[in-house]
Amino acid sequence: MPTEDDAGTWPDRLYDLLKAHAITQVALVPDAGHARLIRRCLADPALSVVTLTTEEEGVAMLCGAWLGGAKGVLLMQSSGVGNCVNMLSLALLHRTPLPMLVTMRGDFGEFNPAQVPMGSAAQAVLEAMGTLVRRADRAEDVVPTADATIRLAFNTFRPTATLIGQRVIGAKTFGKD
Amino acid sequence: MALPEPSGRLDRRALCRAVLADRGDMLVIAGLGAPAWDITAVGDCAANLPLWGGMGGAAMIGLGLALAQPLRRVLVITGDGEMLMGLGSLATIAVTRPPNLAILVQDNEHYGETGMQATHTHHGVDLVAMARGAGFARTLLVTRPEQVPDLRAAIHGAGLLFALAKIGAGAPPPVLPPRDGAFLQARLRETILGPAAHHQS
Ligand SMILES: Cc1ncc(C[n+]2csc(CCOP(=O)(O)OP(=O)(O)O)c2C)c(N)n1
Ligand SMILES: [Mg+2]
Repeated sequence: MPTEDDAGTWPDRLYDLLKAHAITQVALVPDAGHARLIRRCLADPALSVVTLTTEEEGVAMLCGAWLGGAKGVLLMQSSGVGNCVNMLSLALLHRTPLPMLVTMRGDFGEFNPAQVPMGSAAQAVLEAMGTLVRRADRAEDVVPTADATIRLAFNTFRPTATLIGQRVIGAKTFGKD
Repeated sequence: MALPEPSGRLDRRALCRAVLADRGDMLVIAGLGAPAWDITAVGDCAANLPLWGGMGGAAMIGLGLALAQPLRRVLVITGDGEMLMGLGSLATIAVTRPPNLAILVQDNEHYGETGMQATHTHHGVDLVAMARGAGFARTLLVTRPEQVPDLRAAIHGAGLLFALAKIGAGAPPPVLPPRDGAFLQARLRETILGPAAHHQS
């Protein structure tokens, strides 16, 4: 059931979800849409939070995490999907559970033209690389969809992604409202 | 001790054999191509993860594994070409500072697997300096056989390490590991986690 404050609290409930799934490694390149979740993760000493120089590092890192029996999640914005493409081969080859939470840019009221090409291609690119993708375009769908894709990753040994629509996050306007 | 090639440069197989002697329960990730053939030539085993792809990712696989298994020593052996494709990971690893991770680059200054084209290290790019600049407190440059025992000791000791060994251009015949990545992952997980590895969710 959607609750009154879904709009504002889904990042906190995503953090709770990561804890419920016993996630211990969080790899990320920051996105404004993930800022609150990242803050929550950084405040948790039980999590290894690793800021990456490029998102593909996170794909390789989580392959290593699973080798050692640790569960991880990769946080990024949609343009980061483009940086992951070849490295996803590893997760397919090894059958590594690899859940990704992707905040979408360039898909709903975008201001920045540079976000549109990769934002438009993100889902197709992930799917072309064998990743199971589900979208959440309403605040109340974010946590259930993330839960489903994290389960799919660890239960069925594959890369999965939840795309969190820009409609949920809101479009940055750089003060040009 | 690792004997040199006729060129005077270190022989990659002899180097690998020396570094992996009496390795105990060390976990070893090898970059795609020749480094993977090298660790396999020394002896394929469940604690080895030879890579068949993911160029540029070897060191980061090492980081994820080192964080997951803080009581095990993790060694990443990779080529100069593979390391150059993941330079940013040097910064990420140095900042994360896992004390149980060692990286050894076998630098032949070429892309061996694809026909021996020169890499940037051939033109003077200094990966040791880059690692130091990234924040690795401990780095080692190995150019002579006499240094190999110290290299081995550093790799098997404690602390985050970036080491680079200048090796000859010789390309010994490939010794191929199993090609099925799912098998390679499952056997490494089993050797660390026991049969429970196959029931984790
Ligand atoms: C993304 C990507 N680009 C290019 C290649 C082709 N390739 C495979 S191995 C290799 C060279 C590896 O060189 P290095 O790491 O120095 O190892 P060496 O054989 O010299 O020991 C290249 C370019 C690839 N497999 N993947
Ligand atoms: Mg090389």
